[in-house]
Amino acid sequence: MVDAPLRFRDDEPHDEPAVTLDAFLGQSNATAVRLEAGEDARALLPQIGQIALVEVSFPSFRDGRGYSAARVLREAGYTGELRAAGDVLVDQLPLMRRCGFDSFAPEAPIDPEALQRSLDRYDYRYQPAADGIVPVWKLRHG
Amino acid sequence: MYRYDQYDQAIVDARVDEFRDQVERRLSGQLSEDQFKPLRLMNGLYLQLHAYMLRVAIPYGTLDSRQMRMLAGIARDYDRGYGHFTTRQNLQFNWIKLADTPDILARLATVQMHAIQTSGNCIRNISADQYAGAAADEVADPRPWAELIRQWSTFHPEFSYLPRKFKFAVIAAEEDRAAMRLHDIGIRLVTRDGELGASIYVGGGMGRTPMISHLVRDFVGSDDLMSYLEACLRVYNRYGRRDNIYKARIKILLHEIGADEYRRQVEEEFLLVKQLGIDPPRAELERITAMFAPPAFDPAAPDAVDRSDPDFAVWLDQNVAAHKQPGYAIVNVSLKPIGGIPGDADADQIALLADLGAAYSFDELRVTHAQNIVLPHVAKRDLYAVWRRLTKAGLAEPNLDLITDIIACPGLDYCSLANARSIPLAQKIATRFADRQRELGELKLKISGCINACGHHHAGHIGILGVDKKGTENYQLSLGGSGAQDVSLAKITGPGFSEDGVVDAIERVTDRYLATREPGERFLDTYRRVGFEPFKDAIYG
Ligand code: HEM
Ligand code: SF4
Repeated sequence: MVDAPLRFRDDEPHDEPAVTLDAFLGQSNATAVRLEAGEDARALLPQIGQIALVEVSFPSFRDGRGYSAARVLREAGYTGELRAAGDVLVDQLPLMRRCGFDSFAPEAPIDPEALQRSLDRYDYRYQPAADGIVPVWKLRHG
Repeated sequence: MYRYDQYDQAIVDARVDEFRDQVERRLSGQLSEDQFKPLRLMNGLYLQLHAYMLRVAIPYGTLDSRQMRMLAGIARDYDRGYGHFTTRQNLQFNWIKLADTPDILARLATVQMHAIQTSGNCIRNISADQYAGAAADEVADPRPWAELIRQWSTFHPEFSYLPRKFKFAVIAAEEDRAAMRLHDIGIRLVTRDGELGASIYVGGGMGRTPMISHLVRDFVGSDDLMSYLEACLRVYNRYGRRDNIYKARIKILLHEIGADEYRRQVEEEFLLVKQLGIDPPRAELERITAMFAPPAFDPAAPDAVDRSDPDFAVWLDQNVAAHKQPGYAIVNVSLKPIGGIPGDADADQIALLADLGAAYSFDELRVTHAQNIVLPHVAKRDLYAVWRRLTKAGLAEPNLDLITDIIACPGLDYCSLANARSIPLAQKIATRFADRQRELGELKLKISGCINACGHHHAGHIGILGVDKKGTENYQLSLGGSGAQDVSLAKITGPGFSEDGVVDAIERVTDRYLATREPGERFLDTYRRVGFEPFKDAIYG
């Protein structure tokens, strides 16, 4: 992954390399962690305040566990960088954004035009999620 | 019926645009078939043996005449003039060209229809009782709840890449007409202290490891429904198996950790999720419910029906069900003519059904999981006229729930996963038993062309499964299943049969039933009373 990650944040990229969950729980002054697909994001919560980057692995685009990991972290108040890494495809990015990911390290390059179309496409969403979008039911009822 | 507002319409229109973009990227080679596959599957587009198949969603099986007419038009313009109604109350077009699909979806969107989440590892089209709003035994119309779930599950950001597909069914009656207990989540609406709520059953399913669902929560009020379901799905998304697609359904998770442990985890998650404010206000359920208000029934509609035409009387007794409104009836239109393809209708028939819905059923039609059509609100004084028109169109087979009312999957005639053909077998069985079906009474026969069980064979009073035996088509027979309120899974009788052999074996089973039954007993009742052995003896003797 030589390319710089695709970021939707204004702060400076965090340059400390991410450690594994085990290493993080074991040592711990690390500020960047990598979660594998099957690992429990809630294990990070006791020390969430010290973390600046969580990288969540997507070994295959079919493996959707990372979407829940992202929401668990955002619901717990995590505001640092949340990066989806691995088999991340353009058509999934909008959903990942909704779950709270704000940084992406896709294995294969993403066509910026297709990405922009994809991010701009839906004006309305039925559910509230981690992106703060006002759901349709709220638009209906205020 | 539910009507889109500007938001629903904008979302469906955006989906058409998105799919057009995806198809263009595929056709231009930007996307490989491997990358395109999950995208097309999320929109109901399968590659079958001979062509693409497009599955159109019919939410909770309800549609109006304009929508039905649109389906007829698409069958004419883009298919070979047919549509196939499925066991999940959807409609499939079997002969579709990839390049046409964006236009088809655009036409569907003009009548508030789509193919969203009719396949893929996501929350699928929500199914419901086809008698909703018409049955006397329901506590409420289940469809407003199904619509709430439809909206919540549409493009759910967290649950679009689940371990496996996820199917909901919602009912509100004691009688289960939707195979609710064989869904990943089944909901039965109940009342408690005058309040309406949902009993939540989790972990049912068919496929290669059929299971009946567990009651996980006996009452969830409407104010908590979305949070509770979100918790149910989150536990599954995090812990459902990803290593083996045959063990990835939620039924396996419940089986492995136990219903009690699953319930504990869901309750724990629910407490967290409930804080997030994801439940729509009650006004939203009220808004939707208002659209399902009963039609303007004529309170003076006469109850009497002239039965003097004997053929009409037979149909009336078999295919027409009681309605909660005096003077009205529920008409079941059989898509199982003897020797026909179960669930198929041609464009003219679909258009006629649209006309009948408009003229005689307050503009409403339903699709049933048994692959038939329902006209839910027909005045009794119109029944004869409706029957005459159905008869002319070949749609008045009086066989609802009889042995010729067969559920069958597409099988080897269309499906690339099939081991054996289902359709020709269904045709043979129907032909063999046509003149005895009324004597045999209620007998639900279901055929799947392979272990995936799309034809519900596990839930058949008699179930048939196509298997591959050293390169030849072979059929396993099973007995005693039910998808209704008396839910049970069928048991395999023993070694399989050839196509003709299995028809003979069924005849030995039905002969044994006729010789053994006590007055008033259906096949399933006799089977449950005397057990498996006498039938096994009859078959293999
Ligand atoms: C191209 C055609 C089709 C393919 C490739 C296909 C594939 C599958 C597969 C792989 C399963 C098993 C899923 C599992 O066990 O996890 C399944 C189940 C099922 N399919 Fe299909 N199917 C097709 C057509 C149909 C049709 C036409 C219907 C309706 C008539 C249908 C209804 C169902 C149902 C009801 C189940 C059982 C759901 C359950 O396991 O709970 N399928 N299908
Ligand atoms: S049961 Fe098998 S053969 Fe029949 S449609 Fe499903 S996958 Fe195809």
